[in-house]
Amino acid sequence: MAAHRCSLSALLLIICSLLVFIVADSEKATLTGDHHATAVDNLQTVTETEEGAAAEEPAVEEERRWEETVVEEATADKEDTSAPETVVQSSVPQPKDDFQEELVIRPLHSGDIYASFQFRTLWETDFMRGNKVSHYRLFPKSLGQVISKFSVRELHISFTQGYWRTMQWGQPFLPSPPGAELWVWFQDSVTDVDGTWKELTNVLSGIFCASLNFIDSTNTVQPSASFKPLGIGNVTDHRFLRYATLPREIVCTENLTPWKKLLPCGSKAGLAVLLKSEKLFHSSFHSQAVHIRPVCQDWQCKTTSWELRQTLNVVFDLHTPGQGKLEWSLFKMFSRTLTEACPLASSSKIYIDITDDPQGEQFEVSPATHLLSQAMVLGDRRTFSVYDLTQQITFGTVRSLNLLIRWKSSEGDMLRPLLHAERYVAGYGLQTGEIHTLMYNNHPYRSFPVLLLDSVPWYLRLYIHTLTVTSKGKDNKPSYIHYQPSKDRVRPHLLEMLVQLPPNSVTEVTVQFERALLKWTEYTPDPNHGFYVGSSVISSLVPSIVAMDTNSTREQPLFSSFFPCKEESSYFMRVYTEPLLVNLPTPDFSMPYNVICLTCTVVAVGYGSLYNLLTRSFQIEEPSPGLAKRIANIIRKMRGVPPL
Amino acid sequence: IIVGVPLWWRTTETYRAWLPVSQINELSNLQLQLSAEVEVVFARGTVTPEQQKKVPLTQIQDEEHTVDGDLFINAVCLVVTKIRRLQGNICLKCVFSRGHSFEVQDMDVYVGQRRTALLRIGAQMRVGKTLDQLLAHLEPRIKQVLQVMSFSHTDISAALSDRVRLSPGNKESIADSMRTFKSSPGYEITFSLLNPDPKSHRLHWDIEGAVQTYIQPLLTKLASVANFSIDSQTLYYAMLGVNPRFDSSLSAYTLHSDSLAHVINPVEARLGSNAASSNPVLNFLLYVPDAHHSPLYIHDRKKQEVPSNAFHSPRWGGIMVYNVNGFYGPEAVFPVDVNINMAKVMGVFLAQLRLLLGVQSSTAPSGFLVAPCGSNGLADWELDRLMWSRSVENVATATTTITSLAQLLEQIGNIVINDNIAEQVSSAVTSLQLAVAELETGNLRFALQYSKEAILASERAFFDPSLLHLLYFPDDQKFAIYIPLFLPMCVPILLSLLKIVSDARQKRREKQAKKD
Repeated sequence: MAAHRCSLSALLLIICSLLVFIVADSEKATLTGDHHATAVDNLQTVTETEEGAAAEEPAVEEERRWEETVVEEATADKEDTSAPETVVQSSVPQPKDDFQEELVIRPLHSGDIYASFQFRTLWETDFMRGNKVSHYRLFPKSLGQVISKFSVRELHISFTQGYWRTMQWGQPFLPSPPGAELWVWFQDSVTDVDGTWKELTNVLSGIFCASLNFIDSTNTVQPSASFKPLGIGNVTDHRFLRYATLPREIVCTENLTPWKKLLPCGSKAGLAVLLKSEKLFHSSFHSQAVHIRPVCQDWQCKTTSWELRQTLNVVFDLHTPGQGKLEWSLFKMFSRTLTEACPLASSSKIYIDITDDPQGEQFEVSPATHLLSQAMVLGDRRTFSVYDLTQQITFGTVRSLNLLIRWKSSEGDMLRPLLHAERYVAGYGLQTGEIHTLMYNNHPYRSFPVLLLDSVPWYLRLYIHTLTVTSKGKDNKPSYIHYQPSKDRVRPHLLEMLVQLPPNSVTEVTVQFERALLKWTEYTPDPNHGFYVGSSVISSLVPSIVAMDTNSTREQPLFSSFFPCKEESSYFMRVYTEPLLVNLPTPDFSMPYNVICLTCTVVAVGYGSLYNLLTRSFQIEEPSPGLAKRIANIIRKMRGVPPL
Repeated sequence: IIVGVPLWWRTTETYRAWLPVSQINELSNLQLQLSAEVEVVFARGTVTPEQQKKVPLTQIQDEEHTVDGDLFINAVCLVVTKIRRLQGNICLKCVFSRGHSFEVQDMDVYVGQRRTALLRIGAQMRVGKTLDQLLAHLEPRIKQVLQVMSFSHTDISAALSDRVRLSPGNKESIADSMRTFKSSPGYEITFSLLNPDPKSHRLHWDIEGAVQTYIQPLLTKLASVANFSIDSQTLYYAMLGVNPRFDSSLSAYTLHSDSLAHVINPVEARLGSNAASSNPVLNFLLYVPDAHHSPLYIHDRKKQEVPSNAFHSPRWGGIMVYNVNGFYGPEAVFPVDVNINMAKVMGVFLAQLRLLLGVQSSTAPSGFLVAPCGSNGLADWELDRLMWSRSVENVATATTTITSLAQLLEQIGNIVINDNIAEQVSSAVTSLQLAVAELETGNLRFALQYSKEAILASERAFFDPSLLHLLYFPDDQKFAIYIPLFLPMCVPILLSLLKIVSDARQKRREKQAKKD
């Protein structure tokens, strides 16, 4: 048995390391921009020479510019040595940091528009030197101080308003659960991880104006397999990992403003000009995130640098009623147009996903661009039109860029996402219930394993013996289960499972729970609204869509099409389910006062009668005359006759 | 009743630990005794050997500074003539010499970099005078030297400015006392380069090297006073709050001193606070005006250009405007690469830093020559001065905190006093007493240390969250709980009381009627 478990864990480790590798790889592939895109293109030059050349041009130009600065530097150095007194454009130190910005716009099949901003700051430095003096240029000082003070290895924080509808919208570039999510890897030099985590959440709540200070031990877990470091670093000991979600968190302007402040150009120039809160929060989905991780500076990974990646994803609902035609533009969406790139950015680009419509049948993009780029995104090969904001030509004669998409027809349907999941609570009454998690594998012929992470608060007491995993009506035994039972008011339940999803199937995970009674101070101000349970997280390596593509209609060289190539065979994906809203037995909060009033009244009445009994002196009184006699007496008085 | 009343009493009682109230009350009318030791050394030839023997060994001068009646500072100047060293004590040394060593003839007193002052004895005093006369002649001079080198009345009242209200009308001294940062165990120094126009200027500043060469020596010297940490950042698109006015006569933009107050606010929102500590932040901003508003000069009240082109804001930091239009050249190709001359910038910032930390040299009386400070930017006696005023300030702040906490706890009976708070309070009181004692003997270093501990402990006690638990438990809730019981119970009692009263009245009336 032990050997069996051993081999299992070894297998898991292998899978995990693979996950990490491929995550890093796929992310690089999607996001490093032009350089990598051209590399991909070079592989495909046989078919797309023209496009490749077009996309290669700016890269070459960039390289040339780079050289020029080097030359300048050299000449400047010479000048300095010859005439040190003159302070003419003297030597320019090569900045160790670099800033890039980009915006990806993808028209969704539902008719919505998905806009994804990414801002990346790379800084070649070491926060862990223990050096007290720190000098910041592009990297924000507040985050740098946080990293060095709390010995953070990786930090991922996201704030999301709304739920990403995978079935309608496909996969997001960066998934995030509704509410706030924070996961942090600490350096292995940290001794008191829980204390550091507590302090860190408090500081972050100050930086982002969010209620992250509500993160405590009751909603923090240490996942053993689901969240692996995304940057370099060989520490995979999950004692240094903390993960917490706040599904109740509401995201609004006050979170956006500090987020924008972290950008070197602020909201004054570049793509960030578009981020106006009155438009951004008038949308179906809004998610902003900050990811900090150490990355390699070069291929050999000799030097490391820190990467700060700020992302903002937003989905605009364009089904404005009363308007016949569907039209979309930067101005309509953000009420701003672009006039310049951020002067500090080394690259500033806008990508528009035109994969679904390479011939311009469904929609029309204006102004048209001849720059095209291809990239592997989430296992799919996508084509983008590229607008380079660092080129003056992009802005044209009006000196402002207002991208416009006009739909011609709204047909064509989306490929169903290969993996998606949903969750709900079943049962009746306020004593017990059942959590159902459904995971869909839509791949026609391949099965793949997924890691399911569930973090359930302690006030839902899970009956772990009722855990069942069924797919296609048969019992599906998870190959790995990590379960940490909860402790009341101390820590939540943590359930992690590795489940194999058979092809084209629905796998259902059910577990029963009992609702606990809370102390009266533990209820939220609106207890009848219910209590949130955070999303469960499903991470997996999904077979690539490209590899699934078996139709031979596409023009491809024969030699490339028999075996699916290795890099594209699978990609990493993370899916978040809906958060749950569970009703707990809620007492009547005026009850204590009612009880006090009632008992006091009873006591007082008893006391009063006892008191009367004890203090009254009883004496015989003449029975008072009857009513008729009294009335008669009054009448007689009025008549002046003596009474009876 | 026998069971119920004690039970009720025990359950509704709040826990209050014992506090050293009497010691706190003693502290509240605190008398500080500061002592400085002066060693007077006569150079050879100034006094005759037989005179030297007769010189009294010690002489104590008492000086009383009364600040607003409530706090006495009893400054004792212990003048030790003859060479006598006390271990660990800070001595001021006055060396009397015959004047030929002075290079500048009209200077009477030369204050050196360390703790030495050279005094010249007037020619008429040199010969044939008795010792008493000599000493009498020396006394006022020594006093002057002491005021420059250790502490004067204004220093002490500035250090206590929080505790006592300064007399109005003395505006200059108020400004002086407001300028320096409050004493704190640590400071964060932030240098920010403001570049409102990154499109036209590409600025480079070697802040790391500049900090190492200019700022670090001063801070290592000041390490005994407080902990310092330095960082720097570059902020882009950071605008000043005021639009500078164009002055056609100078063909330059000008900022007037009246509008400087509004400059900082919009910048401050961008500066950000330190996420990692709660120490006060000293901000030093280097503002490079954008190409359209350049050059930019700061004008003072008399409409004169400020030579340093910089200003500082009390207890906040300093701003320097750095014009780069000299870099534009004949054909301006934007962006222009600009290397900032850090020596010039750091000179200004260092002066501002000295001011803000309270290392200002009080204006020396005429006839004084103060030696230029050395490489570390701070003379030993300046450090001593700073330590005097800091310890006095710390002691004053800590006593105020402790006494007000004690008052508060006395006034509001509802507050729970836990054991840890009582512990903090008593440790604060003991370290305060130690600090006062050390000040009396003149051990500056220990005095500062103890006063820091006192401040920390007192603040921790004052801001402890456990004090708040029952503070806002209002009285009407108590009424709400007790009234349902007592009101119905009162009704029969009151009714019977009324009946008794009316019965008694009736009886009396009957009696009166009988008498009649």
